[in-house]
Amino acid sequence: MSTESLSSTEKPVKFVSGITVRLVGDSGDGMQLLGQQLTNTSALLGNDVATFPDFPAEIRAPRGTRAGVSGFQVQFASHEVHTPGDTLDALVAMNPAALVTNLADLPKGGLLIVNEDSFEEKDLKLAKLNTSPLEDPSMENYRLIKVPMTRLTKEAVAEFGLGSKDADRCKNFFAMGLVYWLYGRNMDATLRFIHGKFGAGKSVIADANEKALRSGWAFGETIEALGHSYNVEAAKLTPGTYRNIMGNQALAWGLLAAAQRSGKEVFYASYPITPASDILHELARYKNFGVCTFQAEDEIAAVCAAIGAAYGGQMGVTTSSGPGIALKTEAMGLAIMLELPLLVIDVQRGGPSTGLPTKTEQADLLQVMFGRNGEAPLPVLAARSPGDCFEIVQEAWMLATQLMLPVVVLSDGYIANGAEPWLIPDVSKLSPIKIEHPQGNNNPNGPFKPYLRNELLARPWAIPGTPGLMHRVGGIEKEDGTGNISYDPENHQKMVNIRAQKVANAAKLLPPQQVLGPQSGELLVLSWGGTYGACLTAVQQAQEAGRSVALAHVRYLNPFPSNLGEIISRYEKVLIPELNMGQLRMLIRSRYLVDAVGYNKVKGKPFTVTELFEKICEMTKSAHRPNAVSTK
Amino acid sequence: MSTALNVLKADDFASDQDVRWCPGCGDYSILAQMKKVLPEIGIPPEQTVFISGIGCSSRFPYYVNTYGVHSIHGRAPAVATGLKLSRPDLSVWVITGDGDALSIGGNHFIHLLRRNVDLNIVLFNNRIYGLTKGQYSPTSVEGQITKSTPMGVVDHPLNPISIAIGAEATFIARSVDSNIKHLATVLKRAAAHRGTSFVEVYQNCNVFNDGAFSYAQDKATRDDTTIELEHGKPMIFGKNRDKGIRLNGLSLEVVDLADGKVKEDDLLFHDEQADPVLVYLLSRMRHPAFPEPIGVFRNVVHETFEEAVRGQIDQAVSQRGKGDLQKLFNSGDTWTVKA
Ligand SMILES: Cc1ncc(C[n+]2csc(CCOP(=O)(O)OP(=O)(O)O)c2C)c(N)n1
Ligand code: SF4
Ligand SMILES: [Mg+2]
Repeated sequence: MSTESLSSTEKPVKFVSGITVRLVGDSGDGMQLLGQQLTNTSALLGNDVATFPDFPAEIRAPRGTRAGVSGFQVQFASHEVHTPGDTLDALVAMNPAALVTNLADLPKGGLLIVNEDSFEEKDLKLAKLNTSPLEDPSMENYRLIKVPMTRLTKEAVAEFGLGSKDADRCKNFFAMGLVYWLYGRNMDATLRFIHGKFGAGKSVIADANEKALRSGWAFGETIEALGHSYNVEAAKLTPGTYRNIMGNQALAWGLLAAAQRSGKEVFYASYPITPASDILHELARYKNFGVCTFQAEDEIAAVCAAIGAAYGGQMGVTTSSGPGIALKTEAMGLAIMLELPLLVIDVQRGGPSTGLPTKTEQADLLQVMFGRNGEAPLPVLAARSPGDCFEIVQEAWMLATQLMLPVVVLSDGYIANGAEPWLIPDVSKLSPIKIEHPQGNNNPNGPFKPYLRNELLARPWAIPGTPGLMHRVGGIEKEDGTGNISYDPENHQKMVNIRAQKVANAAKLLPPQQVLGPQSGELLVLSWGGTYGACLTAVQQAQEAGRSVALAHVRYLNPFPSNLGEIISRYEKVLIPELNMGQLRMLIRSRYLVDAVGYNKVKGKPFTVTELFEKICEMTKSAHRPNAVSTK
Repeated sequence: MSTALNVLKADDFASDQDVRWCPGCGDYSILAQMKKVLPEIGIPPEQTVFISGIGCSSRFPYYVNTYGVHSIHGRAPAVATGLKLSRPDLSVWVITGDGDALSIGGNHFIHLLRRNVDLNIVLFNNRIYGLTKGQYSPTSVEGQITKSTPMGVVDHPLNPISIAIGAEATFIARSVDSNIKHLATVLKRAAAHRGTSFVEVYQNCNVFNDGAFSYAQDKATRDDTTIELEHGKPMIFGKNRDKGIRLNGLSLEVVDLADGKVKEDDLLFHDEQADPVLVYLLSRMRHPAFPEPIGVFRNVVHETFEEAVRGQIDQAVSQRGKGDLQKLFNSGDTWTVKA
């Protein structure tokens, strides 16, 4: 078969505005890779995309079991999308365990593609099933396509003489080929990937995977059960050059950009923890940017090393997830006392304790707000999407250096591993972040005063190596100005006030809160962090359905934007959806004395648009015009 | 490195802060020796940074007019590692106590040693928690009566030198607060070593553990209760230099030289580059069965951590060129949306 016959189908093509597919299989089946390829390819075709990878905490949970199921959901569309989609158009299941744990999310009439070769007696047993779900009468509800993937893949790659294990491994590319046919996806990028990944020295593997991919495509073109394929046109995104980006990658790149803008080099200290480790992996590759990565002996050492680097005048950064942030708390208090710039990044996961390491949650907000001894406030910022991680760490570094304090950035597992198209910025247009290290003594009558302040109350960032500015900093309360140890009651009150005022001053450096939708009305949805996409989509749908609702997505959680209280007062009700038991709600209620209502969920999963839409409808008067918009 | 114009004096390192240790505390003597040797080391105050944890000993940075960080309990090695990695040009000292370094900070301590960051640690060992008013510490001896052990310590103590050799520290030494000449020499040698220099100083806490090291401090007894390690020399001690240390199988033994049966050549010759096993044996010499060694146990040269880390950065730059953000952002698959 020639390449041309593969690139264009002879069957009819049905154009739709968006598709949501979930690929599920064993952790060893390469579902994450498949999902990433489909995402990348769809982005390259100009679709807007949003993803939800969902995998077990165990590296190799027992094969074929329910615990070992790994999934990847992607929505690609010709319009803007902000969530991986609520309702599946298609589910691709590689084994019985994957099928039974995901089928509930496939609506009636949905397309169900299974690898029927993996529904043998032993597979059913591993999935704790007595009978094959494929024999179940409920299968009639779906457009079931049974594909003997294992056998067809083996036949397809037979010519390469691979061992049976290696041949079997190619079946995810067969599945991918079929999905690519089904949605008119171009295979070029994936072929490049295959040859890039398996090419060097092992080109038989690369060739076999290519063959499997093409065979999957050809299978779609051939079988009668699939009468037509689908396609999705390019989305009308802001003009420019795009790439696909994942949250942790964007965060790492944002750090590089922040360093460049401020004339610093990144000193990054961390201890591995899911889902933050990929930032360490990513940055470790960029030593040629002057990045120094330090894998410390624990999280305490990591944050302390970053503080040491900050004292030396470098860009100290540490990242972790909830359990590691707990270990860093004492040192974060030290950074507050030393008044040194520092970035502490928390990629949240399900808690408490070890909790749900690979699942998403937003339950560290109060930890980073208050989890320190003494009066120890610091600015807290939260990224709202994978691409936003790039922006938010730069804003955080700006605040840290202009105010001389540690800043916390919150991300979460959903953002960290999620991907979206990213408009590549013009680096030459990034504005500088100005940093000054004093060279001269600021005290004509004596030694240098390390705690003399500017109008923002920031102290000078004098660094070792500067003659005449020798000074000592420490965690003991100090006299304002001189920095000398002081237990004076009045001075302590003054210093506590100053440290709080410095944090409050951050609001002067940040833009005001924006509102999407009517500037006043019945309901304000107040969201933060990675739930942005779901909240935005639900609010937009409710607005289209005629509901009086607006969205204020808060990226700056401490201090709140200076106009937030005034915005809240313009709506009759406030709804705060969070993947925790009401943490922002607690802050908003106490700060603005408003009877905000929560919508809370802690299931390790992001919100669906539908559940938020329904909550908004429940809280608003029925539409002035009929509710014609589906929740899809 | 000093020229006639910038010869440093002890005064250049004196800070304007009132020293707040108890009168008679051994810490004073260590501070005095440090201030004495710093000008001799010749690194200007602005290039020098003292980093400490928490404890009486850890107040030290406030009393020297260099840069300094009084950090949190046990974490000074981590702060210092971050500073040295990002600023290899600085001369960094870590000041710590037996509780600070070996209890709460034990983890950072061993990792600092194994990494061989080029800095100097001075551990003020008073076998007690001074600042918190007299609880036992990881170096307190069995049976020691303290506030938290009214019936005596039951824990088996840690031996700082054994820990250091276990972590394969490249420079290991011991001195005594009151033995000021010796202390000054050891501090200078620690400063001269490239890599992590670890110095344990026996320090008297005259308030909560007075006399813990009197055997090693008293001029009357110290020649018999301590032995000065000298590279390349036989291990001889005693007021009359009539006793020696001999290696017998895998053990050390004290031998009498007076009767002439044992010759100097039969003794163990101290070798600062000896196998770690031997250093370990030396670290186990404990009063009263043995004289306790003071001086440099080990001094070997290995690549330092910051050289290795910085070396990879330089290598990455020379192999791939200085990083270009725009190129990075545009690498891999991209697509263009037209206006
Ligand atoms: C996290 C924490 N835990 C406990 C303390 C209380 N604390 C301060 S110093 C100290 C022990 C100090 O002992 P050592 O390191 O031997 O120093 P010394 O005072 O004897 O010089 C303790 C337990 C503290 N400051 N911080
Ligand atoms: S308590 Fe002990 S160690 Fe602390 S200052 Fe007083 S004498 Fe020195
Ligand atoms: Mg002590």
